[in-house]
Amino acid sequence: MALDAGLVGRSYPPSAVYEVGRAKIAEFAAAVGAADPVHTDPEAARALGHPDVVAPPTFAIVVTLGAADVVLADPDVALDYSRVVHGEQRFTHHRPIRAGDRLVSTTTIETVRSVAGNDLLSTRVHVATEDGEAVCTATSMLVARGTA
Amino acid sequence: MSARLRSADVAVGTELPEQTHRVTRADLVRYAGASGDLNPIHWSDRVATSVGLPGVIAHGMLTMGLAARTVTDWAGDPGAVVEYQVRFGRPVVVPDDDTGAEVTVRGKVGAVLDGGRVRVDLTVTSAGEKVLSLARATVALA
Repeated sequence: MALDAGLVGRSYPPSAVYEVGRAKIAEFAAAVGAADPVHTDPEAARALGHPDVVAPPTFAIVVTLGAADVVLADPDVALDYSRVVHGEQRFTHHRPIRAGDRLVSTTTIETVRSVAGNDLLSTRVHVATEDGEAVCTATSMLVARGTA
Repeated sequence: MSARLRSADVAVGTELPEQTHRVTRADLVRYAGASGDLNPIHWSDRVATSVGLPGVIAHGMLTMGLAARTVTDWAGDPGAVVEYQVRFGRPVVVPDDDTGAEVTVRGKVGAVLDGGRVRVDLTVTSAGEKVLSLARATVALA
């Protein structure tokens, strides 16, 4: 089923605050095999000028995954979730995510299109601190594979 | 740990040290837990084959995360990555054995930008096929 072009530009209310913990950064770093002590040792992070341990470049997905769920839960977004695959991902880091950050995500539908029977939907999640400092912008393209 | 790389030390065409990562089912379970992505196509053959996949596949975001290490290990600071994007071209199928799959990551400086930034173009393959395309990172060097 084709997606309604009128969805473009739709924004959802800001997420609850996500508080970034040192243990979560360490867990995520281990899961991608990132052994750099800047992820686990606050002293090593400070030596590079970071106030606390910093997250690997793809950690933002932990913060934005739930934020994008609001799109899939929108009854106007007729995507068959069982056929959805991740097509593209982009992160723009305004600064690294670090332990102690209290982050709020705001999700917007950026584009919808149909290509060769597949529905493509791109979302942009703007991640900022509770105080409004821009931290990361994550853009995801989801592809709902057509049955044709 | 390594010192931060300086932009004066790189040029277009500079090659990054190649990395190869082994990915087993245990790695997928660990990544599922750490990331919160519990989609069963990453741990259940039954579900994966029911949606037309050859078997359990790695999270695209795990492959993207592994590939990032080629850039961050080279740059000397994971916080130096200011932009990172990939297109998920082909799934990495992970068999239920002790060997798993291998993901190989090569990188090359594709452009030297203003302000000490460089763009790294990544080539990420598994079983001889490209699994990511248009994979590139912009890094702010010292």
